[in-house]
Amino acid sequence: MGTPTGARILIMALLELKNLHVALEDGTEIVKGVDLAVNTNETHAVMGPNGSGKSTLAYALMGHPAYEITEGELLLDGEDLTQMEADRRAQNGLFLAFQYPHAVPGVTVTSFMRSAINAVRKAKAGEDDPIPIPEFRQELMAAMEQLKVPREMASRYLNEGFSGGEKKRVEILQMAMLKPRIAVLDETDSGLDIDALKIVAGGVKDLVGPNMGAIVITHYQRILNYIDPDYVHVFVDGRIVEEGGPELAHKLEAEGYEAFTPALAAGGGE
Amino acid sequence: MMAATPETEIVAGIGNDYKYGFHDEENYVFKSERGLSAEVVAAISERKNEPDWMRKFRLKSLEYFMARPLPEWGGDLSQIDFDNIYYYIKPTAEQANTWEDLPPDIKNTWDRLGIPEAERNFLAGVGAQYESEVVYHKLQEKLESQGVIFKDMDSGLRDHEELVKQYFGTIIPQNDNKFAALNSAVWSGGSFIYVPPGVSIEMPLQAYFRINAENMGQFERTLIIVDEGAYVHYVEGCTAPIYTTDSLHSAVVEIIVKEGGRCRYTTIQNWSTNVYNLVTKRAVAYKDATMEWVDGNLGSKLTMKYPAIWLLGERAHGEVLSIAFANEGQHQDAGGKAVHVAPKTTSTITSKSISKNGGRASYRGLLEVAKGAEGAKSKVVCDALILDEDSRTDTYPYISIDENNVDIGHEATVSKIGEEQLFYLMSRGLSEAEAAAMIVSGFVEPITKELPLEYAVEMNRLIQLQMEGSVG
Repeated sequence: MGTPTGARILIMALLELKNLHVALEDGTEIVKGVDLAVNTNETHAVMGPNGSGKSTLAYALMGHPAYEITEGELLLDGEDLTQMEADRRAQNGLFLAFQYPHAVPGVTVTSFMRSAINAVRKAKAGEDDPIPIPEFRQELMAAMEQLKVPREMASRYLNEGFSGGEKKRVEILQMAMLKPRIAVLDETDSGLDIDALKIVAGGVKDLVGPNMGAIVITHYQRILNYIDPDYVHVFVDGRIVEEGGPELAHKLEAEGYEAFTPALAAGGGE
Repeated sequence: MMAATPETEIVAGIGNDYKYGFHDEENYVFKSERGLSAEVVAAISERKNEPDWMRKFRLKSLEYFMARPLPEWGGDLSQIDFDNIYYYIKPTAEQANTWEDLPPDIKNTWDRLGIPEAERNFLAGVGAQYESEVVYHKLQEKLESQGVIFKDMDSGLRDHEELVKQYFGTIIPQNDNKFAALNSAVWSGGSFIYVPPGVSIEMPLQAYFRINAENMGQFERTLIIVDEGAYVHYVEGCTAPIYTTDSLHSAVVEIIVKEGGRCRYTTIQNWSTNVYNLVTKRAVAYKDATMEWVDGNLGSKLTMKYPAIWLLGERAHGEVLSIAFANEGQHQDAGGKAVHVAPKTTSTITSKSISKNGGRASYRGLLEVAKGAEGAKSKVVCDALILDEDSRTDTYPYISIDENNVDIGHEATVSKIGEEQLFYLMSRGLSEAEAAAMIVSGFVEPITKELPLEYAVEMNRLIQLQMEGSVG
């Protein structure tokens, strides 16, 4: 166990996973006891091979109804998330950038963004508190410019006919607009060419700070070159099997996930 | 949504005639007997001081109505009690409809919809009509200077008898179907519009500004003549629930679009859920003319409505866009008809339906290509969205093609709101109901984007209300 983790356990983190277990509806356990603590100003990379349960973890954090938390705790700012549906988790400051964002035909990016922001504002204020339209437009334009999202995308239907890179950029755009406290990025790097990857990673890096922490879930080390994770967690077969600083990502890149499998076979990981 | 109550029966407010009280000449009481007879029909004609030909037309229509059986297709019409309906009511100034008199759920819905002031005051028959009147008169002055006629049908008949006589009942003959016959016998209100050659009216003509007229009655009759190269967009109805204690609405709309002309007719209706909405709408389009029906049906117990276009001249184009929302206890049997008679005519029918809480939405359409309509092209797309297991959708596409050289396409899809799509939207903070409403709004967007902005906004709000289940 690396020292950074040990240090963090002493204070309550913003997002805490304690011995988190997640199962499918048929009872199959996919996530088998995960401990993770994430604060603002921190970027955590969760790296794992295909089929390790990374996306299940991401979905379960956000509250997907097909994934049940069967054991353990999930806390945001000390508050139990497990009984909240996805909308309330989002209103409380959690965000998931999807690996495969869904198309919503007939709903423009602009109108979707405004509805989402207003839903969150309403939850915070306890009553309708719509964002003034000039303010919204200004923020949207600024965020689009920064993420190099062409202006005409604002009036396109959300994710409909978008290329892989456009979808990922618009996910990050949503993150920038919704200003979550904790963002989970599920394989945001997949399907991106190097230029798109730089833009997306730059967008994430800019947002991590005093107001936001991030969990970057990925198979490859590539995105980490541009995001600079503070902590790296190696995730194999539903468990975190190794933790460390950025150097761990390079080790993974050089040696592959096979190096971590024996530890698992030997019953290690914690 | 609400039951008929005796004290509001006479007011028949929103359903029948809601502008009363501004003009002295309309300040009289007249109410026909319940039920239908030659005496009642003759009395209506007499009250309106109609010419003899119209009186005869009405009486002949009544005979057709009586002789025809109820249609056995479409929806269940067996519960209509024709003997228990007032076929003509003329309220007085003293009966002025006030906002307070409206049923609370209607008021509440209007509040939540944020219906534009002008429309709301007009619908409620209270306050601020002066403003609307000013707007209306300014509009009228401009239209008149262009030679446009825009009146209620009764005034149209009185002031432009020859024009009316030439076209009235020519597109939809009085014996076309049982309900067209009924309307022909007892019609009242509706609009009469004539647009002279080459005149293009930029702003949509909206029925609700025509506050001096009867409209949105139960048996309104509309006749629109768009002369060569002219253009008009007519908008009728409103998205507020139209409250009526009488349970039958049976309108007839006839439209003639002459060579090179274009007409768009937009309807948004949200009848209260005790109403049978049985409407016949038909247009003819001559050479190079364009006819477009945009039709939204949200309320009523049963709607049977299939806006039709007869493409009579070469290269005439027809379009039908229809949305139906069937909630609990509702059956929306809607669609469109395109009849290609001339070569190179084109048509598109796009139908979107949503069914929820056991509601039933049916698409019923006719596509006909006559011998000689070479090179005709038509595309029919009907998409159904079913929101739960109890709801139902059906598609009845009738196609009859007597010409070989044609290009015909028909697509139908049935979809449900997916769990993944809901989760995606909820992960952004939208509640499940908000997320579902957003998906539904998106589903109908190809049609709402064709509506005038204020109607599109209201339509979306209304869908949200329907999705919350707070509007019946």
